[in-house]
Amino acid sequence: MSAPGSSPAILVEGLTKSFGEVRALRGIDLSVPRGTVLGVLGPNGAGKTTAVRILTTLLRPDGGRALVEGYDVVRQASAVRRTIGLSGQSAAIQEELTGRENLEIVGRLYHLSWRDARPRAAELLEQFGLSEAANRPAKTYSGGMQRRLDLAASLVGRPKVLFLDEPTTGLDPRSRLGMWDIIRSLVAGGTTLLLTTQYLDEADELADEIVVIDHGQVIAAGTAEELKGRVGGDVLEFTVPDRNRVSDAAEAITRIGEGEPHVDKETGVINVGVGGRGSEALVEAVRSLDAAGVQTQGLALRRPSLDDVFLALTGHAAEEEEPGGGKRGKRRGRGSGDSDAAKAVSS
Amino acid sequence: MTAVAPTAGAGVPISPAGPSLLTRAHWAVTDTLTITRRNLLVWMRVPAYIMFTVIQPVMFVLLFRYVFGGAIQVPGVKGGYVNFLLPGIIGQTAAFATFGTAIALAQELQKGVIDRLKSMPMARSAVLAGRLVADTIRMFITIVIVVGVGYAVGFRFENGVGLAIAMIVLATVFGLAICCISAYTGLAIGDEESVQAFGLVWLFPLTFLSSAFVPIASMPGWLQAFANNQPVTYVINVMRSMALGGPIAADLWKSIAWLAGIFIVFAPLAVRAYKRAS
Repeated sequence: MSAPGSSPAILVEGLTKSFGEVRALRGIDLSVPRGTVLGVLGPNGAGKTTAVRILTTLLRPDGGRALVEGYDVVRQASAVRRTIGLSGQSAAIQEELTGRENLEIVGRLYHLSWRDARPRAAELLEQFGLSEAANRPAKTYSGGMQRRLDLAASLVGRPKVLFLDEPTTGLDPRSRLGMWDIIRSLVAGGTTLLLTTQYLDEADELADEIVVIDHGQVIAAGTAEELKGRVGGDVLEFTVPDRNRVSDAAEAITRIGEGEPHVDKETGVINVGVGGRGSEALVEAVRSLDAAGVQTQGLALRRPSLDDVFLALTGHAAEEEEPGGGKRGKRRGRGSGDSDAAKAVSS
Repeated sequence: MTAVAPTAGAGVPISPAGPSLLTRAHWAVTDTLTITRRNLLVWMRVPAYIMFTVIQPVMFVLLFRYVFGGAIQVPGVKGGYVNFLLPGIIGQTAAFATFGTAIALAQELQKGVIDRLKSMPMARSAVLAGRLVADTIRMFITIVIVVGVGYAVGFRFENGVGLAIAMIVLATVFGLAICCISAYTGLAIGDEESVQAFGLVWLFPLTFLSSAFVPIASMPGWLQAFANNQPVTYVINVMRSMALGGPIAADLWKSIAWLAGIFIVFAPLAVRAYKRAS
């Protein structure tokens, strides 16, 4: 993966961590070449945050080892801390203080003198479009602005390796796109980036390589295109407006797809992988559904998305409901026929 | 906003051996001062915090001076109840000020601030040390204000300037000891509401079941047994003797022993809770 002769920016081998009975990480391997973006994709509780906490020296692993820029995260933790930046899910900024004060204080904690900390803060505020709000308390900022300030704080020490733990979770779509622009320009500047996300489109947009984590294990790795290839060809998808006819529709197309169709009873959306027989399968599906007397909407072939990949690999959708009850799912509800979906891929 | 182009790797060069012991000691001090500054800035920005730390003790002074005071007999105290009251109020104020310590640490833990600070190359001791220094400064300011209000309602130091200063110093050291307990509870419990509720459970009895507000002789016998033998009583008795005159030595040694004991037990516990905190 990495160029010959250059060691990776992040190297993880056989990393394990348990919290009591819960095995959060069951042996994870990662290798991130310098200047690239690794997207770590997985649902809540998959172990993403645990991995980031170990790599940023906040947590000691039970087994395995992890190197950041060649420094061991356990034995050379303070060297690692001087190399990295971390921006977490919750804005770790002091809301009562102004944006400028927040960044200046972080600069001081990175052992910049006041003379260096002040211009560095001003520079970052400028870069992140926060100059006008610089002297306002951070609590008056919008969610997107707070997240940008938080990210700016993680860059004060000019990190070689940046960890972003779900940088856009909870942001509105516009702020998300703004955040993506910022992240892209960071990477263009040569920073190595490890990004965790539960949004598949985010990993697709930003990452050079993607690893999919579920239940503390890496279940797949590769580029977005390679992962999409794992689904095998095109996906046939349509919606059944009459929810009572959903199972009839699924039955009608069972023979057409490769494996079992995936059915979402709530939304009436059905999809099935059809391999390389795209147009042929489309025609067959139309005939078969017509013969069964089922009405459909939006019947079409499409390229597989990372959603399909995740569903295929894990048997459940990537964006699950949070334990607290807050719903985060975007397009798809929970996979209803979990084991079926898993079978559909393995066959 | 689009022109973000940080130069990766242009930071301070890293030597694998790490900075020298002297450099690290220097950083521990400057980082503590940075965190202290940050905490004091936050305190000054939030009117509610100032209300809680300044207005509340002043209200206690006025309440006990003018509402309850008339009904409380303090035979043999020079200057009457207001003189008896003020050292007690100051001790109670110092103890209650540590509510803020526990709540602030629990909040920082919950919000991920402590995590974030731990991922930086700053001295790890500075978060806790800076919190204690800032809260001690805050406490000292509150004590001085309460003394001022006391003077306005008739309190007088009767025992000279030197012992008056000694009383304020003792109150501050006492507050710092209680601060260690609060820091530990804040970090160990880690949830703002629970910390607040728990604070009431131990801070109220400890301060009110003491010689702070009434002579212990006026309490029922079983309560006297507790009130006579707990640290807040020892400390407040010494403060009162320093302010008004009277025997100091015996209770001073007991106070010092108790305060030393609290530091020895709770400072390491707080440090351990901080290290484990996540």
